[in-house]
Amino acid sequence: MYEGAVQDLIDELGRLPGVGPKSAQRIAFHLLQADPADVERLAHALTEVKARVRFCEVCFNVSEAERCRICSDDRRDRTAICVVEEPKDVVAIERTREFRGRYHVLGGAISPIDGIGPQDLKVRELLTRLADGTVTEVIIATDPNLEGEATASYLSRMLRDVGVQRVTRLASGLPVGGDLEYADEVTLGRAFEGRRLLDA
Amino acid sequence: MHVRHLSVADFRSYTSAELPLEPGVTTLVGLNGQGKTNLVEALGYLASLSSHRVATDAPLVRAGAERAVVRGAVMQDGRETMVELEITPGRANRARLGRSPVRPRDVLGSLRTVLFAPEDLALVKGDPGERRRFLDDLLVARQPRWAGVRQEYDRIVKQRSALLKSAQPYLSRRARVRRPRPGAEALDPASEAASALHTLGIWDAQLAGVGSSLLYARLRLLRDLGPYLAKAYDEVSNGQSDARVSYRSSLREGTAARLAAGEVPEIPELHEEILASLAAVRDQEVERGQCLVGPHRDDVLLSLGELPAKGYASHGESWSFALGLRLAAFQLLRTDLGDDPVLVLDDVFAELDVGRRERLAAMVGDAEQVLVTAAVPEDVPAALAGRTFRVTLGSVEEVVADDA
Repeated sequence: MYEGAVQDLIDELGRLPGVGPKSAQRIAFHLLQADPADVERLAHALTEVKARVRFCEVCFNVSEAERCRICSDDRRDRTAICVVEEPKDVVAIERTREFRGRYHVLGGAISPIDGIGPQDLKVRELLTRLADGTVTEVIIATDPNLEGEATASYLSRMLRDVGVQRVTRLASGLPVGGDLEYADEVTLGRAFEGRRLLDA
Repeated sequence: MHVRHLSVADFRSYTSAELPLEPGVTTLVGLNGQGKTNLVEALGYLASLSSHRVATDAPLVRAGAERAVVRGAVMQDGRETMVELEITPGRANRARLGRSPVRPRDVLGSLRTVLFAPEDLALVKGDPGERRRFLDDLLVARQPRWAGVRQEYDRIVKQRSALLKSAQPYLSRRARVRRPRPGAEALDPASEAASALHTLGIWDAQLAGVGSSLLYARLRLLRDLGPYLAKAYDEVSNGQSDARVSYRSSLREGTAARLAAGEVPEIPELHEEILASLAAVRDQEVERGQCLVGPHRDDVLLSLGELPAKGYASHGESWSFALGLRLAAFQLLRTDLGDDPVLVLDDVFAELDVGRRERLAAMVGDAEQVLVTAAVPEDVPAALAGRTFRVTLGSVEEVVADDA
């Protein structure tokens, strides 16, 4: 145990995801030795992020304004919505530059073990966005694990009931640039199921 | 296949131990509590990623150590593969195959063992869980991909049970008449119930999807295993009994009867059956907050003629059954894969009468590699004479033939 402030810092750091007691200690001592201006910047960044960042009122992505940059960008396609679990998934898809529509961040996936049901996700808000009929395609991009798949099939039932024209799910399969032999059986099995006709 | 070398570090009572092995029979002798079983347990862990003695990994790591390491050199078709596992309780294990790190699951199949242990009596006398585990372990030994399916199925059952528990207040009939507490936000019970039902349907679909392929695999396995079991039972008990296995399903009655009769419907049909059976027990599931239908509620009925083994078989008959199941597993893997799994007989001879001892020894003597542990060498039938190692308080030494 260290004295007062140092121990407080270690404790706080240790509560962050992916940081164990040893790492927390290392970071704490790094900060102690660092230039005061650097530490000041970090502290400022921390307080700013809580003060300024909030969630977009339309898609629930992180945002600094009422609407995030993507939702307030008129060049983005209004007819397609891509549904993801977390804001970091938006960033991942944005990096591809493949998708020109808008997003909807659910804030998680259905997982009864963790006490998360559809009512804890932004599902109702998604249905509201779809009400005026502008959106013709919903792309479900939840994680390809059990909880993500359960969420996807829940959404597809709901969306079918409200009559969205096209509900699609991201494909699962082999990683590009990878070797077939390194794929696990489940992935390879999915890739087989989702195989495509080659254009002649 | 056989194991050419086994080494352990910080495993159970061992700081470290090296055990050079050869094809044929190797016997580990030593007083109780010296660490014989620990060595074969390590071998079993390499093959199945679990211990036959404990459900958690913590007891496997030597007291005071952070992690245990088990390494085996496995010879198959003249090629040697190094399999290594690092066991850290509470964290994911780390695995290496050859020199390269792999996911622990990828190690499955590199080493196959069939392990006989005193605990096997529980296969006959114990809970259904013991028999399900026997089947599923054998499935994985036969085709490692079932490890993933099994894991996914367990997760689905957990999720679905959690949902049933949490949705109880909205779904159960008793709750519907309960009035909301004054001051509490008045939920619309009808819509809450509808939404809970809606999500239950999703988990039903997941359970039926994965559950049907697991069920199908088990049924086929049992069908293949049956003849081997009947033969092994008769040989080990030296008689003509009618030892049978049949599947006891939690599905609705008509289907359960068909499965018990040995029918193996195709996956799509099982899928439909699971869904229909789930619908039939919905009210009960909601009342009890438990998942009542699916492979996790099934059992295997072991019977001698018309009588179930559990509750009717004598001690000796129960042992014959337990040995019969393991021997059948060995024969099945041998025939299936065209290669002998490593046979491990952990302290079983002490449990058996002389007749069963001799006959068991005769039946396993031709396996490519057999590992035997015994407290006293006299327990081991002469038919299984081979190299002997003496195990004393966590150290292993070869016994030269004439002073054994």
